[in-house]
Amino acid sequence: MDASSLMGSSSDAPTSGEHRMGTTIVGVCYNGGVVLAADSRTSTGMYVANRASDKISQLTDNVYVCRSGSAADTQVISDYVRYFLHQHTIQSGQPATVKVASNLVRLLAYQNKSMLQAGMIVGGWDKYEGGQIYSVPLGGTILRQPFAIGGSGSSYLYGLMDHEWRDGMTQEEAEKFVVKVVSLAIARDGASGGVVRTVTINADGVKRSFHPGNKLPLWHEELEPQNSLLDILAAGNPDAMVQ
Amino acid sequence: MDGSHANAASAPAAAGGGEGTQRTLNPYVTGNSVIAMKYKDGVIMACDTGASYGSTLRYKSVERIKAVGKHSLIGGSGEFSDFQEILRYLDELTLSDHMWDDGNSLGPKEIHAYLTRVMYNRRNKFDPLWNSLVLGGVKKGPKGDEKYLGMVNMIGTHFEENHIATGFGNHMAVPILRGEWREDLTFEEAVKLIEKCLLVLLYRDRSSINKFQIAKITTEGSTIYPPYALKTNWGFSAFENPSQGAVGTW
Repeated sequence: MDASSLMGSSSDAPTSGEHRMGTTIVGVCYNGGVVLAADSRTSTGMYVANRASDKISQLTDNVYVCRSGSAADTQVISDYVRYFLHQHTIQSGQPATVKVASNLVRLLAYQNKSMLQAGMIVGGWDKYEGGQIYSVPLGGTILRQPFAIGGSGSSYLYGLMDHEWRDGMTQEEAEKFVVKVVSLAIARDGASGGVVRTVTINADGVKRSFHPGNKLPLWHEELEPQNSLLDILAAGNPDAMVQ
Repeated sequence: MDGSHANAASAPAAAGGGEGTQRTLNPYVTGNSVIAMKYKDGVIMACDTGASYGSTLRYKSVERIKAVGKHSLIGGSGEFSDFQEILRYLDELTLSDHMWDDGNSLGPKEIHAYLTRVMYNRRNKFDPLWNSLVLGGVKKGPKGDEKYLGMVNMIGTHFEENHIATGFGNHMAVPILRGEWREDLTFEEAVKLIEKCLLVLLYRDRSSINKFQIAKITTEGSTIYPPYALKTNWGFSAFENPSQGAVGTW
């Protein structure tokens, strides 16, 4: 029984844990491209080290990756992949395909599997296959999917996706859908939170979006935010429980 | 003395003991920080209404502040089942006290002392109640109305202070309180200060949720206000596109 576990709930010191992205990441294909989405919480133990992180990183102009797991591991993987893809693009004279980008991620993840904790979703658009989503979970498996979810918050989304996923959504439907889905996971996963960032990739290019925490929909047992209790009291007689 | 007996419910070695030796468990359903401070008219206490199950925010409408007798409020963080058990002990205690029918009633200082004994004795048996408890109240004493605020945790550490925070609040709220608390805070100022602390905890504590309850206790009695949510601020321009100048950053 060491001292830190005796202190009750806050057992991990805020400064000594590794930076982890608890995370909820999502990638969906729609009719024309892909939408990637992620929350923005990075924690060390129970402390939120960064409440507005950017977990969707660019690999090339047309391919992005959603990162979950160890912040350091995923950053270094995406840095390497970005570097290799840059050279590959120069050599081939045309934009890299999503398949090539995803496989580079897979190679690094697979060949270093004993040392890495990185779960990633690669998404992008190329002229050969259009919009594609590839899942690269722990261990280095690669799977092409019409939609993918990952990170600790994804546990809360399996049932929802089974129920609500449809093929061939429009861009607007897909963007609304991913924001809804990530915000539902944020509502239940302590390791996810903050804002919802989305990246939409299609033939016309890339669009980044930012959905702040106070603009997300409210779910079960969540209340409309107020400035202060004093405003509620001033507005006149809430049912206070006087004993 | 009175009929209160702290350890009536300790089932000997039934769970994880066998030969009646080690028993310290891990908590399962946990509430997080409670913040409290004295103010001009009494004591104000606040916490969120969430109880987590590991990293899942499982229960979102949980009341972790309760009135005790006529003069006190108790706030509990840590294992919620242990907190509920403590509330049962306090019910027994206040009932016995009431049945004396002697015009006296237990004040916050006495309740705190009782809780301290319970917590410390359980700790000595390696069978702790996995909580940090905050006890606040107001009672008429020899020098007039005396405000009281104290805390006791699972290892029996206990003290009184003008402002208390448990769990993550120790790291994030206490520095704010140390800087901004004053003896003569009005209710409005106290609420504003508490909300400042609650907001910091909402941003920076993984297990907190945006649904809070504030309670106060004065000579007139205790009031526990209905739950409400606070507005959060995400409007920093740096938040909008952090990797613009440094691709691949977090």
